[in-house]
Amino acid sequence: MRWALADGWTITRRDLAHWGARPGQFAVTLLFPVLITLMFGYLFGGGLNVPGGDYRSYLMPGMFTMTMLFGLETTFAAVAADARRGITDRFRSLPMASSAVVSGRAAADLLASALTLAVLMACGLAVGWRPEAGPGAAPAAVGLLLWLRFSLLWLGIYLGLRATGPEAVATVQILVWPVAFLSGVLVSPATMPGWLGALAEWNPLSATAAAARELFGNPGWESGSVAAEYGPALAVAWPALLTAVFFPLSVRAFRRLNR
Amino acid sequence: MISVQDLGKRYGATPALDGLHLEVPEGTVHGLLGPNGAGKTTLVRILTTLLRPDTGQARVAGLDVRTEAARVRRRIGLVGQHAAVDEILTGRQNLEMFGRLSHLGARAATGRAADLLERFGLTEAAARPVNGYSGGMRRRLDLAAGLILSPPVLFLDEPTTGLDPRGRAEVWSAVRELAGQGTTVLLTTQYLEEADQLAGQVSIIDAGKVVAAGTPAELKAVVGDRIEVVARHAGDLPAVAALLGPQARVEADELRVSAPAADRVGALTHAVQALAEAGIDIADLGVRRPTLDEVFLRLTEKMEVSR
Repeated sequence: MRWALADGWTITRRDLAHWGARPGQFAVTLLFPVLITLMFGYLFGGGLNVPGGDYRSYLMPGMFTMTMLFGLETTFAAVAADARRGITDRFRSLPMASSAVVSGRAAADLLASALTLAVLMACGLAVGWRPEAGPGAAPAAVGLLLWLRFSLLWLGIYLGLRATGPEAVATVQILVWPVAFLSGVLVSPATMPGWLGALAEWNPLSATAAAARELFGNPGWESGSVAAEYGPALAVAWPALLTAVFFPLSVRAFRRLNR
Repeated sequence: MISVQDLGKRYGATPALDGLHLEVPEGTVHGLLGPNGAGKTTLVRILTTLLRPDTGQARVAGLDVRTEAARVRRRIGLVGQHAAVDEILTGRQNLEMFGRLSHLGARAATGRAADLLERFGLTEAAARPVNGYSGGMRRRLDLAAGLILSPPVLFLDEPTTGLDPRGRAEVWSAVRELAGQGTTVLLTTQYLEEADQLAGQVSIIDAGKVVAAGTPAELKAVVGDRIEVVARHAGDLPAVAALLGPQARVEADELRVSAPAADRVGALTHAVQALAEAGIDIADLGVRRPTLDEVFLRLTEKMEVSR
């Protein structure tokens, strides 16, 4: 157990060292969501109306949620690259705690996403977004966002271990976009054609975005929709379900590397 | 030091290892030769606990790789086909990380990293990221990473694939030095010259089985010496082949005719006389020992036929 923690920390430090070695790349990772936010806030936002307020106040919690999804790419790409380059095998041939390979990666990625979220929140404050609800509610919103990121870790690790070639990375990078757009992250599902709107409403991202809007006290969708009605509960339940499915699957995929 | 009995491993319906036997005594360098897909890497992955065998037994340093995997890992070093080092970190950071993960403790890991960098001539490059290293430097760093725990058994899976001649020579001299210090080495390679240079014993494997084993010299004796005549004109080739007897082999592109030469002096004398009598002018004449390549091709060819 002691080694599991110590080795996990060594692996996490490897990622922190990557940030130090490539500050430019890390800065791009941090600033990419900011760029997307400015794009939607200022380029497209003018044409978008939300009930009960300003679009940028509506957008920010959605962007926080979308950033958690972008983290999936980082996890996926790093796990797939380590497996492909034989680094995972080297770790597995060392007398280290094997759980550390996964837990160290998870901790590093969660930390990176938390930092990205902090930068994006600062950007939100700069463009006029404000957490309007009470002081206890905002940390709860941050907690739910990171809870979503936590669940996506296992999806990323699972996919990364099962991926066969470098082209899989590009596939995931492309596929996160429709997944993000087909949700209540950027616009209300009520504006979409009926069946598409229903799909978007049930998207796990919609639940987290709706819960974050409620907890930050930002304008949300018209009431009556499922995600708006049960936002916080769904924002707890969806990631719990994802974790329940993909945590055991990633552990199994890791164990099955010896098949 | 390495003892493998009747080892079997299948991927679906395809057998990767099919009842393989292998014994490697302590302190020796054993070469494992075979074409792609022969099962070399599968064997190394089983012996380094990365893969579970379906059948049979494998012991490394006296320990069962299946049931005592954790203890095996404390006694082995693995240098795989890819240089499995972190590209973004520096050479020193890499070795310190692997040292910590080998549970040396932070201070000992730092010291060990410095020793290994020095030993592999990487001290100057230690503070630079690995992605700026040459292929040979990268492989030396990989080798150093495999030696963090001073393992008694070292596995080298095609350690010079993709290296230029200088990089290859660097790796070879490092392996020779290790062998000189008593490390048991199992080396897989596709380059027969490499086995010839480094290994005291060689096993040729094909389709998951050992098809021949022995010292490089013994294996070459299986094929035997050949007399070779290089003609001046392509038109002389049939005549030269007729002089060398029914087993003569013609390589028209090279203008070369060769035949088995059981008796070296006798074969030469006969060839010189016959050529002189026939009045055929030649470019070159000699008796040559076979290369391991020829042994290898011959043995795996036989397997094709018998299958």
